[in-house]
Amino acid sequence: MKDVRLLDMPFDPAAAIDHFAADKGDAGGVASFVGKVRPTGGVEALELSHYAPLTLPGMEALADEALVRFDLMGLLIVHRSGLLYPGDPIVLVAAASRHRRDAISAVDFTMDHLKSDAWFWKREKRSDGWHWIEPREADYADIQRWQ
Amino acid sequence: MVRLVFLGKLADLAGAGAMDINGTETLKWESLLAMLAPDLAQTLQGDKVRVALNGEVLPDKTALVAAPGSEVAFFPPVSGG
Repeated sequence: MKDVRLLDMPFDPAAAIDHFAADKGDAGGVASFVGKVRPTGGVEALELSHYAPLTLPGMEALADEALVRFDLMGLLIVHRSGLLYPGDPIVLVAAASRHRRDAISAVDFTMDHLKSDAWFWKREKRSDGWHWIEPREADYADIQRWQ
Repeated sequence: MVRLVFLGKLADLAGAGAMDINGTETLKWESLLAMLAPDLAQTLQGDKVRVALNGEVLPDKTALVAAPGSEVAFFPPVSGG
């Protein structure tokens, strides 16, 4: 039903979605979102750190919440940690459901929570060095939509 | 010994991702802060910094009681995805 992974190595989102969808034959649809390191804007590298006692358990709890909230046949969350480069996938969320609305909303809900309510810390390397990234006001506004 | 873990930009401020406070004492919030550099201690008291004891986030960090052998982690605002 749920498949939640924290990876410290690159992954192939398309292959992960295919694998996820393969045994969801009864689902009417699969929705997915892939977040990548922007290839423009001067970011040379991105580093994601996590705190092992909380990060994966927190992602599992988020998946459980989405499964209660939406009528799903499966939910996949893959999130990177470690060093990433422009174009690298950071995050993948995929949801399978009988009807489209649940799958699309579950992906939206899960992404909003991963952005500003999961145990990750992100910094970007630009030409002038490393900068820690904090959520934007828009990220906090996004998560408020679900309360 | 109590292990302190600093995440994100707090690691830069602390000068390391982790540090050990040696001794056999149980540390409370105020006594722990008194052992740290003043600018670090001041930042840790800010509203945006959350604290976990042995992997459990504290609803009130000032109620911290860290026995020897425990791990105290300090978190700045998170940013994933």
